Amino acid sequence: MNTLLSQYPAEIDKILSHYPPDQKRSAVMPLLHLAQREATYVSAQALKDIAEICEISITDVASIVGYYTLYYDRPLGRYHIQVCTDLPCALRGADKFLAELCQRLGLKVGEPSPDGLFIIEEVKCLAACHRAPMFQVQSGEGISYHENQTVETALEVIEALRQHVLQEKESQP
Amino acid sequence: MPKMVTLTIDDKKVTVPAGTVIVDAAKKAGIDIPVFCYHPKMEPVGMCRMCLVEIGRPVIDRSSGQVVLEEDGSPKISFGPKLETSCTVPVSEGMVVRTQTQPVKDARVGMLEFLLTSHPLDCPVCDKGGECPLQNLTMGYGPGVSRFQFDDKKHLGKRIPLGELIWLDRERCIQCARCVRFQDFVVDDPVIGFSNRGRSLEIVTFSDPGFDSIFSGNTTDICPVGALTTDDFRFGARPWELKTDASICQHCPVGCNLAINIRREAKAGGKPVIKRILPRQNEAVNEIWICDKGRLGYHYAESADRLERPLARKGGELVPVSWDEALDLAAEKLKETESLVTLAGGRLSNEDLFNLRELTAAKSGKALLYSDMAGGDLVARCGLAPGSNFGEMGKGSAILVIASDLHQEAPLWWLRVKQAAERGAELIVANPRATRLDKYARHRIPYEYGQEAATLAAFQRGVSAPEELQAAAAAFAAAENRVILYGSEGLGLHGSQALVQTAAAVLAGYGRIGALNNGLVGVWQRANDQGAWEIGFRPSANLAAEIGSAGLLLIAAADPAGDDPALAEAVAQAGFVVVQELFLSETARRADVVLPAQAWTEREGTLTSGERRVQRYYPALAPRGEARADYAVAAQIGQRLGLSLESGTASLVFLRLAASLMAFAGLNYQRLSETSEQWPIIGQEDLYYGGTAYDNHQGLGVQLPLAVEGEPPVPAADAELPAVRKGQLLLVPITRLYDRGATLLPTRLLSQRIFNREVWLHPQTAAALGLDGAGQVEIRLNGATCSAALRQDLNVPAGVGLVPRSVGIPLFAPQAAALIALAAVAEV
Amino acid sequence: MSEYILLRHRDTPDIDQLTVYRKHGGFEAWRKALTALQPEDVTQIVKDSGLRGRGGAGFPTGMKWSFCPKDIWPHYVVANADESEPGTFKDREIMEGNPLQFLEGLMLAAYAVQANDAYIYLRGEFWQIARRLEIVIEELDAAGLLGERILGSDFSLRLHVHLGAGAYICGEETALLESIEGKLGQPRLRPPFPAVAGLFARPTVINNVETLTNLPPIIQNGAAWYREFGTEKSPGRKIFSLSGCVNRPGNYELPLGTPFRELIYEHGGGIPDGRQIKAIMAAGASSALIAADEAALDTPMDYESVAMLGASLGSASVIVIDESVSIAWLVQKTVNFFKHESCGKCTPCREGTYWMDRLADRIAAGEAGENDVDLLYSVARQMQNKCLCALGEFSTEAVVSGIKKFRPDFIKERQFQD
Repeated sequence: MNTLLSQYPAEIDKILSHYPPDQKRSAVMPLLHLAQREATYVSAQALKDIAEICEISITDVASIVGYYTLYYDRPLGRYHIQVCTDLPCALRGADKFLAELCQRLGLKVGEPSPDGLFIIEEVKCLAACHRAPMFQVQSGEGISYHENQTVETALEVIEALRQHVLQEKESQP
Repeated sequence: MPKMVTLTIDDKKVTVPAGTVIVDAAKKAGIDIPVFCYHPKMEPVGMCRMCLVEIGRPVIDRSSGQVVLEEDGSPKISFGPKLETSCTVPVSEGMVVRTQTQPVKDARVGMLEFLLTSHPLDCPVCDKGGECPLQNLTMGYGPGVSRFQFDDKKHLGKRIPLGELIWLDRERCIQCARCVRFQDFVVDDPVIGFSNRGRSLEIVTFSDPGFDSIFSGNTTDICPVGALTTDDFRFGARPWELKTDASICQHCPVGCNLAINIRREAKAGGKPVIKRILPRQNEAVNEIWICDKGRLGYHYAESADRLERPLARKGGELVPVSWDEALDLAAEKLKETESLVTLAGGRLSNEDLFNLRELTAAKSGKALLYSDMAGGDLVARCGLAPGSNFGEMGKGSAILVIASDLHQEAPLWWLRVKQAAERGAELIVANPRATRLDKYARHRIPYEYGQEAATLAAFQRGVSAPEELQAAAAAFAAAENRVILYGSEGLGLHGSQALVQTAAAVLAGYGRIGALNNGLVGVWQRANDQGAWEIGFRPSANLAAEIGSAGLLLIAAADPAGDDPALAEAVAQAGFVVVQELFLSETARRADVVLPAQAWTEREGTLTSGERRVQRYYPALAPRGEARADYAVAAQIGQRLGLSLESGTASLVFLRLAASLMAFAGLNYQRLSETSEQWPIIGQEDLYYGGTAYDNHQGLGVQLPLAVEGEPPVPAADAELPAVRKGQLLLVPITRLYDRGATLLPTRLLSQRIFNREVWLHPQTAAALGLDGAGQVEIRLNGATCSAALRQDLNVPAGVGLVPRSVGIPLFAPQAAALIALAAVAEV
Repeated sequence: MSEYILLRHRDTPDIDQLTVYRKHGGFEAWRKALTALQPEDVTQIVKDSGLRGRGGAGFPTGMKWSFCPKDIWPHYVVANADESEPGTFKDREIMEGNPLQFLEGLMLAAYAVQANDAYIYLRGEFWQIARRLEIVIEELDAAGLLGERILGSDFSLRLHVHLGAGAYICGEETALLESIEGKLGQPRLRPPFPAVAGLFARPTVINNVETLTNLPPIIQNGAAWYREFGTEKSPGRKIFSLSGCVNRPGNYELPLGTPFRELIYEHGGGIPDGRQIKAIMAAGASSALIAADEAALDTPMDYESVAMLGASLGSASVIVIDESVSIAWLVQKTVNFFKHESCGKCTPCREGTYWMDRLADRIAAGEAGENDVDLLYSVARQMQNKCLCALGEFSTEAVVSGIKKFRPDFIKERQFQD
């Protein structure tokens, strides 16, 4: 039973259509993005499903998950708050920004929040050097950039995400 | 002939075929360039950067296209600004390579210093210590001291099981990817891979079971550090304590060349024990690889259940007796009998079989081979011509594999046929179900069980093939050389006879029998079945009757009573039963005299492979208890009958055999021990180059000449399949690598991978028979009943049940049978 | 005429909309190529224009195309939109602001080498851009600008978006190809070069986003027009990503050959708080450090002149370093980046970046002695010219140049700490 395939048949067809029929392996990265859409990480079942669709071994799929930083092999938080502290951002105070943000949130880098909603991560250059400090939010809904940030504006972004989750919960029966 | 290129390496002129990479060219010239990631059996990747050298190339004048000359008339050589990896650069005419300059030496020091920064340097407790490329190259080229601060070492898992067979030590791994590339590109089992990146790059497996590959052990040989070790050898011994004896694998007809490592141990009373088995290079047979069954499946020889003393039946019980008493008794009964039936298993050596044949012939008895596959006589006439080598087949060759799942039946042939196909050989795979070889086949022919000969008949020269076979038949006809490998998938003796006759006829029709890289190969179920045929043993179509009517039944290396209740009954009916065996098998339990045989590790002998290569194996261990070699036992019985049989040494028996059998004429142990230079150069002091596989200096074996032509082979019609009544299905036998044979079961390490007693059905077949929920079924065959697990598999043709051989279900030919559900599948 | 040929969204609102783009001459070059030019003509114009790759290597674009063999098909074109070099953010602005010109450029490249399928490889973080490009591609399909037998010609083209997932090394073109093929994004051995055996082992041209975005105006206006900008050997306009210690960081589209001083002080508004400039990294974190003396500031930013300073222009990602910054701290940042991004395939990069990171960490923390500085320098030198791809080599640039030119910073690290 291929869970992923039964969940997203049209999307998977479309993904495969981008590559030559004898190069199904090429679909592994888009399929991993798809698998993370709801789960926020790549589950063991998804590894199996993708291996089957791409006609490669599960190990080959897992290997890709391990290599690229945007794939996760376990749930770490619904929203990954990824702060760039690379050289250009650091020259504009990104290190300090990250430290203060962590302090205000009471979180450590790489440690999920107790409610499982957030994890703060320190990442490498995101091509927004001129608008540092900045961070991106990675979640099942995609990736959004937040630039020219202060700790205050960042806290507002995070609070808005928290509210979004609360509303979602309330609207569910 | 490939174009030859001459270059200079360290002032030495070297001439090698175009396309050779510099490392190999240097190797051939006796110049060692250190490598870690490069392996002569794999495509270069240039990752480890250990093989950096200076490479200069002649300067070519752009306008004239001529080489520019120095004042002294020598070609002007231009060296690049950087060192280059000699494993990735092919030689070119006039190239000048320097491997001993200061920049090269510095680079080697640098790479070793880098590699050792993350290495645990736990050589004193490492299995690889003593035969470790990293250790050796560090001694040879390394910096001596490290400038790396010890506290900065990255600490990683040292006991990571990649499945139950292979352990990974992540600290020792140097990320050379030899293991990953071997699995990906050599054996196409991509079940291990890299995860993470940079300094965190690590080997992982996600297969179930872990590291799910029948070739996994080879990665421990080519690993240039102690990162990968087999559970079998891990912490077992230090390499320098080991003594090595040459051997030949007993598990299948390929005849892989082995090296057996032994050490004396207190637990064995100071006697030598086997510590591990490694491949021994034979580029015409197994190259430098072996399968895990061959590597690990030797433990039966050291099993506590081995027979150590002769037994004789007294007062209804088998009791220990002296050899003299046992032999006297057997000889006495033999003298009396009018009807001797000798039943021999294909595990026996040529020498064993020869003496058994001589003994049998003297009493005008019947020499039967315990096998349900036919055709050794035709293979003797139409087999591979001497000098044929799968390793040299490629474009221009057609290889047709029929009724065989080579991956499971003869793993190294699977590998070598796959590689021949990758080199351009026209591979045709005919089998009712998909097999692991299909992927590499240009033509895949799924016939129905029972249609083997009919399918093959379409490949006869000048016959117009049915439409679906036309392309394959045309490709087969168009090839310059043709090889047919036939097996016994789905076949009993009758079906097998029809198949082999047709196969021989097809090949004979092309008139190329005897030409290099042409011929017929039997994918036998046992290592020396072909040898048994050569010596004169034949399977019987009516084995139960033959056994049951024997006045004296002499059985060696066969357990008919254990395999089939009908045969057990027959053994009980036989007059006097003498059994030569390793274990107290079901057959031995029913015997009147049981004679303990030496295991193949305890004696010497020869085997004849499916390619008709006769190869020597050598003793590694002292015999168990009072066990004697089968050839000696047969001779000692014969001597009591006044026959002049050789009981002294295997080599003397072999001389008699060679004098008696045309195909073996002129052969002796010296000839079988001859070797010649092989490429790649392996197993010498330069462990770094090819791994721990052993150099072969104990013999490459000799391929037997083809027997003189008899009547031309004629195709035969397929044996008729039994009628399948309503509620029944057609059960057919197939062969699996990890079966429940007596020589494999004692290898406990493989217990998770050994097949259960099971029958495989397509889910639709299961549903049609009302078995879809069944977990266990009962099978009634020949009046006997046995239970088996039901395995549903989409790959099984409809209406058919597949029954693996040697798992305890007495099926030796296609049979119609009903399955009765026993227990439902446990709810998931 | 607009001030911009690349960042046209800055003075032409809504140029990211197809109708607006077409109103401003969009897809005229495409129409011209398909209806009036042979593929070889397109290549020739680009060769004549002197356009050099904007991804970093500066290799002549037309020449790169001409390496595709004519006897192996199909061909592929890949747009390298993996923009991951610290200090580089120009391709992102192009794709966000002026995506149609980029796509038109990609289409022209595909036509020139007769590729019927072209891939856009975006770094995974450009998720939103990828979604937007997919929509735009559908619009182009609907408008008959893509698809089968486009604009009545014999040429068919499909564009595909492929999203990476966080690996700097995938900007290296062979690693990028491995990544599209669903393998670990690790560099391949060369030869064979991608032009001969690239994507799916077929001839493949890989061009940077900015390079491709230059193509429509070049085809439309001709090579001579393009050569009016820039210098003789480095013709044309270039987007300079300016970051670090400047008042107005951002992208600046300027002719190649514009001096550093003009970029930093006129366009970038100089150094904050009137501090002194100390060093320049012209090619992001991969740069050798340029000591920002007067001569350096007056150096024109073209491929040749920057090379004369012992550095390289690369993708023209100018990171400005002022006097308050310790070069030891800076080196720790760059080395840590490369350690994080090293793919691990080759020994010197895998082990060397890890080792340098440990050393640079201690040095930057003021916990190291002078011998550690020498060791760091030695380790970097030990890596140089021995790595499988450029990443490992890049990782040593700031280390070696930094210790050579700013050695006191490494020894007196503590004075920079708060």
